[in-house]
Amino acid sequence: MRHSRLRESGDDTNRFEQKVAVDMSLVMDAPQKVVDQEYRWTLNFGPQHPATHTTLRLVLQIEGETVVGALPDIGYLHSGFEKIGEHLNYNQYVAVTDRMNYISPLANNVAWHQSVESLIGLQLPKRCQYIRVILAELARVSDHLLSCGAMALDTGAFTAFLYAFNQREVLYQIFETLCGARFTTSYSRVGGLMYDATPEFIRQVKQFVRDFPKVYVEISRLLNRNRIFVERTKGIGILTKEQAINRSVTGPIARASGVTRDLRKDQPYLAYSDFDFKVICSNGGDCFHRYLVRMLEIEESMKIVEQAINNLPEGPVNVDPEERAILPSKDKVYNTIEGLITHFEVVMTNRGLQAPKAEHYDAIEAPNGELGFYIVGDGSDKAYRARCRPPSYIHFALFPDMIKGHTISDVVAVLGSLNIIAAELDR
Amino acid sequence: MIDLSGVLEQLKSRFGERSWDYSEFHSNQRLVVAADQCFSVLEFLKKTCGFDMLIDVTCVDYLHYRGAKDRFGLVYIVLNTVTGQRLIVRAFLNEPELTIPSVVPLWEGANWMEREVFDMYGIVFAGHPDLRRILLPDEFIGFPLRKDYPLRGRGERHNFERITRGEG
Repeated sequence: MRHSRLRESGDDTNRFEQKVAVDMSLVMDAPQKVVDQEYRWTLNFGPQHPATHTTLRLVLQIEGETVVGALPDIGYLHSGFEKIGEHLNYNQYVAVTDRMNYISPLANNVAWHQSVESLIGLQLPKRCQYIRVILAELARVSDHLLSCGAMALDTGAFTAFLYAFNQREVLYQIFETLCGARFTTSYSRVGGLMYDATPEFIRQVKQFVRDFPKVYVEISRLLNRNRIFVERTKGIGILTKEQAINRSVTGPIARASGVTRDLRKDQPYLAYSDFDFKVICSNGGDCFHRYLVRMLEIEESMKIVEQAINNLPEGPVNVDPEERAILPSKDKVYNTIEGLITHFEVVMTNRGLQAPKAEHYDAIEAPNGELGFYIVGDGSDKAYRARCRPPSYIHFALFPDMIKGHTISDVVAVLGSLNIIAAELDR
Repeated sequence: MIDLSGVLEQLKSRFGERSWDYSEFHSNQRLVVAADQCFSVLEFLKKTCGFDMLIDVTCVDYLHYRGAKDRFGLVYIVLNTVTGQRLIVRAFLNEPELTIPSVVPLWEGANWMEREVFDMYGIVFAGHPDLRRILLPDEFIGFPLRKDYPLRGRGERHNFERITRGEG
């Protein structure tokens, strides 16, 4: 029961108190003497709170305005995605990955199918790689826009949030043109994509590449030197490089703490080695620098999108139907006997796509960090085990240490800078 | 894929040939170790070979897997943030002895990852500072990612006890 859990968390916060009593002297704003425990309050933050944005709960132990202990309580959205992954085939499961980090579903689609393809050993055609890169980067832009915008919203800058959200709307329209869905895209398939990109999609992306920088500059101007925003985020929730490495942090949060790792450069997957872009890093390690790293990453992502859309190769978007991974085109099915045979073979469970009896881990640099899938194939068209390495889950574990010694109003700043998506957190 | 021969040499000189074997599959490099050696191998990898980041800890239940000898296979993915080397360390466990030393003393990031494995598979990590269920409610019975647990559950959803406002 939830209330029994609360009682238990009460015990835990007592443990926090003992620890904090020692650490407190190091924190500048906090009172120097921590003696009377009677002053302590327990504040439930969430699971329904406008500033958590998603369904998660924090049990905060506060003293006046200062948070002296925080206990995350997660699992409200747990829906057994990994169990479902063992019962759906490799193409069906992409619909579930949409619902993990629903802020950037296309990145999840790409991550899932890249893991499946590297398990099977499929080599994608160039055009497919380029389109996936474009989509992963647009997803990154949309994720970072929301993350920066929501963080600004929570720290009192409403206008920047609206500007960012308006641009996300443009991105949604692009995704809708592409695959008919705004949120739950399910766009990739094993060995290719649902459809090829249309000229209209290409036109819209080019338009976005042209128009977006103007708005981007406006958002930066609204926030980068905004005194209220800067004062509420600078020096808050500091994560050192050693901590970041020791606590498995990846993605923009790690890069804001000086960990210079980016999977796009470290092990260039898809077509990332064709593009010219920088990895944004900083030594700041606080909320403001996490925001800055994200903002600058948007710029780099737009560079990649621009290069990819202008050099989009011609040719097939799916692997050869002989690979038994993807259905042949309807033209081939209706007009050639080989096409018809291939079509039926792919549909049949014992002759279609079969993953080898092996295990493989592969990951992409998702907007939030390393999003990997550990897939165990058992020779059938379903995964025997589909483990997802969720960046949000790993980053949320940092939260109690980051918030300790700061005030309640900083909770939302830290939460926003970590960009916790509860659907990915709980899966 | 970055060459790991230096690391393997170091491991060989420290642990001898006996209980580990190394294999490669596509871009993955993996090392299978005995469960009782798992912690010391990981400790050696971290402290001597520079694998300073733990990417993931997870588990696979091989109950219905053709040709599998062991029930549970633990997966530790480690990364060297300086050289970019990656290594997957596997250790196998069988009932009733489902205990393995926790790696939280090495990497603090293992805390929640091991809690999730405990929650889903019932593997006990000895020495873990706070081994409680994390995603499921505390009073949940059973381990849902085990292969003998049905997809649709055992009716937990319908038998969930209601709390009224007065009680709280």
